[in-house]
Amino acid sequence: MNGLAILIPVALGLGLMGLTFFFWTMRDGQYDDLDGASHRVLIDDDDDDAG
Amino acid sequence: MSAETIFADEADHGLADTRFTVPGMRCAGCIAKIENGLAEVDGVETARVNFSAKRVAIQHRTSIDEGDLALALRKLGFEAQAVAANPLARDDKEAKALLRALAVAGFGMMNIMLLSVSVWAGAGGATKEMFHWLSALIAVPVVAYSGRPFFSSALMALRYRRTNMDVPISIGVLLATGLSIYETISGGEHAYFDGAVMLLFFLLAGRTLDATMRNKTRAGIGALLSRMGKSASVMQPDGSTKRVEAEQLAPDMLMLVAAGESLAADGIVEQGRGAIDNAMLTGESTPAPVSHGDTVHAGAINMLGPLYIRITAVAADTAIAEIARLMDEAGQSRSKYVRIADRASRLYAPAVHSLAAAAFVGWMIAGAGWHQSLVIAIAVLIITCPCAMGLAVPAAQVVASNALIKRGLLVKDGSALERLAEIDIALFDKTGTLTLGEPRADISNLNADSAAIALALAQHSQHPLSKGLAQSLAEGGTPPAALTDVAEESGIGVRGMFGGISVALEKPGQAAAAMSVSLRIGDAAQMIYFSDPLRQDVGHAVTELGNMGVSSSILSGDNRDAVAALESQLGIAARGDMKPADKLQALEDLKTRGHLPLMVGDGLNDGPALAAAHASIAPGTASDASQQAADAVFIGEKLMPVALAVRVARRTMGIVRQNFGFAIGYNVLAVPLALAGMVTPLIAAIAMSLSSLVVVANSLRLSRSAR
Repeated sequence: MNGLAILIPVALGLGLMGLTFFFWTMRDGQYDDLDGASHRVLIDDDDDDAG
Repeated sequence: MSAETIFADEADHGLADTRFTVPGMRCAGCIAKIENGLAEVDGVETARVNFSAKRVAIQHRTSIDEGDLALALRKLGFEAQAVAANPLARDDKEAKALLRALAVAGFGMMNIMLLSVSVWAGAGGATKEMFHWLSALIAVPVVAYSGRPFFSSALMALRYRRTNMDVPISIGVLLATGLSIYETISGGEHAYFDGAVMLLFFLLAGRTLDATMRNKTRAGIGALLSRMGKSASVMQPDGSTKRVEAEQLAPDMLMLVAAGESLAADGIVEQGRGAIDNAMLTGESTPAPVSHGDTVHAGAINMLGPLYIRITAVAADTAIAEIARLMDEAGQSRSKYVRIADRASRLYAPAVHSLAAAAFVGWMIAGAGWHQSLVIAIAVLIITCPCAMGLAVPAAQVVASNALIKRGLLVKDGSALERLAEIDIALFDKTGTLTLGEPRADISNLNADSAAIALALAQHSQHPLSKGLAQSLAEGGTPPAALTDVAEESGIGVRGMFGGISVALEKPGQAAAAMSVSLRIGDAAQMIYFSDPLRQDVGHAVTELGNMGVSSSILSGDNRDAVAALESQLGIAARGDMKPADKLQALEDLKTRGHLPLMVGDGLNDGPALAAAHASIAPGTASDASQQAADAVFIGEKLMPVALAVRVARRTMGIVRQNFGFAIGYNVLAVPLALAGMVTPLIAAIAMSLSSLVVVANSLRLSRSAR
């Protein structure tokens, strides 16, 4: 029983964290351009960083 | 107050946001080229590309305007049109609200499951009671939040004394939650929070998929559309010009339209000579010459020198708006077509209601007591939950339309796929549909030197003939020659110097054919002729359609001779000299004879036929009006996506039928068990999620069908 008193709040807290994080990603617009994200990794912009 | 302060701040810095739609971006290179290229333009603060929507959002100083930015984009090699702030915001909001509800339901489902599993595993006494209370604590807010889409739709239906799929869902969820709360308070054996929340989760998954698909294709089509001018330069009494938004234009204003600008209102040319590209209205890419007294329409693009235009009609009175309205009305009759899901739910909802009510009454008569009777009635409502039903259609359609997008076909909505699957006869327009709709040059009689010079000259011009010539030459692998002093002169042509020799691409004399230019190198002149060639794979596509039992024929506005040549070449029936009304009549005739025709066409003259046909497809080069009217739009130079669309649509409907069969089979098995009072919450929950997963997995098989 004592274990549950700790574990259940922990489980709920983790779930809530995940939910909050998901809402943040939505508000941040991370799902607005899914096709673009897959192309952007191919952009070679190392020059900008080095220079 | 605070909002006003922010705006004041922005005004101080002189920043503005402009969005452009750039249909031409296709790869990672384009993203980098646009973003980096724009960043170097003076006055641009930030530029961010949204590849999915084919848009670029630019934050810039007010010192430069839309025209400058469009020019900068054109220099980078991209055709761009400014668009209104965010026309898709409303649809986007709906999809986002559904996604949020789905996330909350998922969170609730997982945590309640966690608690339920231990109760099923045999937790008893105080632990069970505490777990029920905890479940209630999670479930009540989750149901209140995630259930809203269903509750509001059910309320709406009940208000109009109708019933839809959402009514039994809402009743089931609310009753299950209510009874579970009662069980929790009275320390009873079972709580059904897990069932109620899981039901919401799977139903929301189906709805979210549906909404996402509609947004995705609409964004794709939106990128091709919206070419009508947003604003215009209006002459002021003192001779200066002022930029005026399209909505604020009024008849009798005099607007100055620069080359490359699209018209924001209908009007009559007062001064200036030039050519306008009417592709938006007619799908015809050859520019039409205009001069004093000619009528021009909103959406047309001025190709040459500046034109002074007296406005005659604005906004909703313009020809293009009128056409859009007519098509809307023509399209209305089609939406009466009963969609499969609605058909099922119309039978399903009352059946579920009466089954649950019968279970309750039956067990009351059998003497089970009101409590047990209610538990069984709820079990019936939950186990018959149309989770699998709700996923059966959208899951298959989302997978199919995503597969089609990758092959260059944008399907507007799910019902379009349904109708495409049913067609049994295909009618094609000729110009712009079976043909490319773009002029291609006959370059067989050009030698290597003149080809190189012609390419270098053509690349300097935005004229459709120059573009066609440049494309034909570039396909032939010709490298452009190095020219100096290249200049374009409106209405005459492009000229330059090639190592001391004057060279030019010029408009031929009056006597020459309309689709030709004269290439002059020094004193020698040579004619280059253009034609509008057939799409390469027309024959294949027609054969493919024939293999599926769909006979093709051609309905064309062209003269009979041109059409007859095509008839013998392709071996399909063709009719020429058809006016828009004739095409409409031909379609009506087919429909009364019991056929379900597919219309493929591009021009304004096909608009009514596209709207009236059972299903319709337009090429990406079609007029905006036609793209609006069509169920699907295909992009690129091949006609094959049309045949592919029909094949995939048929496979999709096959999968949908399988899904329905499975969902119904599941209910046929589960309902008697639930009625007999033999279903425990554990079995109900597992059976429910399993049936949904099977439906999704079955739908995923479609992703391979478009190959």
